[in-house]
Amino acid sequence: MPDFLRSNRRETIAVAVLVLLLALYLGTHPRGASTYVLTIWGNQCLILALAAAAQFFAVIVRGIDLSVGAIMALCNSLASHVLGGTGIDLFFGCLLVVGAGLLAGVVNGLFIVFGRIQPIVVTLATASVLVGLALILRPTPGGAIDYDLADAMTLDLGGVPSSLILGALVVVAFWLPLRRTGLGMGLYAVGSSEQAAFQSGINVRLIRIAAFGLAGVFAALAGLYFSFVTTTGDAGIAPNFTLNSIAAVVLGGVALRGGVGSLIGAMAGAFILKTIGALMFFSGLPPLAQPFVEGLILAGAISIGGADVLRVRNRLEVFGR
Amino acid sequence: MSPDQNPIVELVGISKHYGATAALEGVDFACHAGEVHAVLGENGAGKSTLMKLIAGVIQPTEGQVRVDGQPCTLPNPAAAVARGLVCMFQELSLVPDLTVLENLMLGAPGTGLGRLRRDVVAPARAVLARIDGGHIRMSARVADLSLAERQQVEIAKAITRNPRLLILDEATSALNASVVDKVFAMIREETARGIGVLFISHRFHEIEALADKISVFRNGRHVDTFRNGDYGYGAIIGKMVGQRIDDLFPPKRSTPPGDEVLRLDGFGWPGGIEDVSISLRRGAIVGLGGLDGQGQSRVLQGLFGLLKGTAGEIRIGGNPVRIATPEAAKSPELGIALVPEDRKTEALILDQSIARNLELAALGVPGVAAEDPAIYQPFTDALELKCASLDQPVGQLSGGNQQKVALAKWLALKPRCLLLADPTRGIDVKTKTQIYRLLRQLADQGTAILLLSTDYEEFIHLCDETHIFYDGRIVRHLSGDDVTAENILAATMNMAVSEASHA
Repeated sequence: MPDFLRSNRRETIAVAVLVLLLALYLGTHPRGASTYVLTIWGNQCLILALAAAAQFFAVIVRGIDLSVGAIMALCNSLASHVLGGTGIDLFFGCLLVVGAGLLAGVVNGLFIVFGRIQPIVVTLATASVLVGLALILRPTPGGAIDYDLADAMTLDLGGVPSSLILGALVVVAFWLPLRRTGLGMGLYAVGSSEQAAFQSGINVRLIRIAAFGLAGVFAALAGLYFSFVTTTGDAGIAPNFTLNSIAAVVLGGVALRGGVGSLIGAMAGAFILKTIGALMFFSGLPPLAQPFVEGLILAGAISIGGADVLRVRNRLEVFGR
Repeated sequence: MSPDQNPIVELVGISKHYGATAALEGVDFACHAGEVHAVLGENGAGKSTLMKLIAGVIQPTEGQVRVDGQPCTLPNPAAAVARGLVCMFQELSLVPDLTVLENLMLGAPGTGLGRLRRDVVAPARAVLARIDGGHIRMSARVADLSLAERQQVEIAKAITRNPRLLILDEATSALNASVVDKVFAMIREETARGIGVLFISHRFHEIEALADKISVFRNGRHVDTFRNGDYGYGAIIGKMVGQRIDDLFPPKRSTPPGDEVLRLDGFGWPGGIEDVSISLRRGAIVGLGGLDGQGQSRVLQGLFGLLKGTAGEIRIGGNPVRIATPEAAKSPELGIALVPEDRKTEALILDQSIARNLELAALGVPGVAAEDPAIYQPFTDALELKCASLDQPVGQLSGGNQQKVALAKWLALKPRCLLLADPTRGIDVKTKTQIYRLLRQLADQGTAILLLSTDYEEFIHLCDETHIFYDGRIVRHLSGDDVTAENILAATMNMAVSEASHA
């Protein structure tokens, strides 16, 4: 067990902070710990949690994905066109949306691996292209999503918010099994030490493309869930979500240098970020001061993660981080 | 081992070039099943390049690799492992952020991107238990293990991949003697089962105890292969040393060095230096030798204010000083300059012009006009820097000319004490002579020089005295007639002098 806690120290801290913040939030909320409050909260959190999951896959292989928000915007705009009609239509609509995200992510990965261009540059460029496509699909906010599907995804099931069930499903049915595959471990190996991974006989290129492909899929899921929550299409959501997804993974203990952290941490980071925002809303602070305080809390939380630089004994090692 | 049996791996006319430098040149080499084959050679002789070729990490520039007599290519390590060529690398191939268990499963034969197989765990545990590594927990993160424990895991990882040829590149450097014995016992058993072992070690007694065959490499060439015991120690060292030209070096001067400029007493650092004492006088060139990573480069870093938490005392001109940062080190009061080991990443900004790079060290030093090209000119002239103009980016220069820029940038500060980390590594002969001449000239003008080198000829022909490092300590101090290739090589492998002199 001590090993488990030691290897998962960052996630443990993130989850503990989240529990604390949630207790505080439910305590101060005028309507208390009701299903209604939890549902609204959970919906907002899950959108960002899926975006953070997308960012996680890019960051874990020592990359970064600035197109997370753009893929969300594209998928949201696309969803507002294709998510209507009968059950079969809806199914293929969702498939189309997720497929679009996968394609975008794989294109990112191909440029990064075969073009040998840094991820930040590639995804900055593709982000513009994708937002452009989203604007063509949805020049002004509008469109509609099938209400029954949206309700099923965003309300509750026997008192438990659907968003939390979906989040748990991602972790239990996807992440934990993935962690036990060659791909899941390869992601860490490539991010932690590309040379060691290569010398151990890992296909580094394939892993990196897969990582960005997964980032695309999760960004698409985030865009899809955003569609369920808002039931409209909006091409202008990209920048906000991209920046928040990066903040969320850092809060969740994922190292930007790659190789360290977990999907659970990244999603917990997103929940923390959204909960801080929600707390501000009911805090009684003047609205204009809220971004300031929120920023301070964020900066504080992130500096805790960087504190081990102070323990470095060889100054040159600081530059390797 | 019948003569008609094909070797597991055979290299025919293999060359490997990195740009203009040849790491291997026209090498013919073979390893057979059921024997332990040791490869000997000094730093840069091409041993590691050879191992990497066989392990599929790098590709030969020329020549043919044959496995079981069939020509083949090994495009990546996975292909080599699939053919039973398993390497345990000197730079560890474990992923620091994963656990021991995950590392053992990583890239194990039969694992692709799908579900991981746990069937490597039981044999790995058995191997670990045999080599005193039974205490290593499968759930521990590799980054939290000691270097010795990591090597034990590396050995277990290599052996559980069912090698036909096991390649050990300095596999046991951090293990203590009793563990090494157990590893050897296991390796002997493996050879008895018909597995070939190819192995690099700098510990000569390990090679004597273990090897069936010994191959000697020198300057990227395969010098000789013979059975263990055919030659004595002296003869083997002779093969490693070879013959070299002497007129590379300017004549040493006869006048004794002046006052003490720098003195280290009991200098230590938790990351790998212990009780190092060095005295450096005006006009002296003092060598720091040893195998890579024995602490000598850390001493230079410590003197230049790069290490935190150092122990012991540094005196400059007789006064105790504390050197906290490189900025303090280069200030006129201390007057220390460090030309670092890796010129491409540590010494120069490749995309910037020569003029800008020259200014970098002098910037912010009081009393030095950094932007005045005249202060660099004497040194660029003395070194005969070849460039189109000073506005040319440094990255376009040859390695030798880059090193000239790195030197000139620091020499313009007129340091009292010049620290050099292997300034001639990978540099052509002509540039070497120019650098040697300039160093001698600087010493004659009173500069004190501390020269870290991997080329022992420099200790013999350029330095007044030499300290040899091993495992973070100075194990020998050589001066005068004691500075011979044999003594230096023996000391770098931490062998007693008497052991080296008979043979």
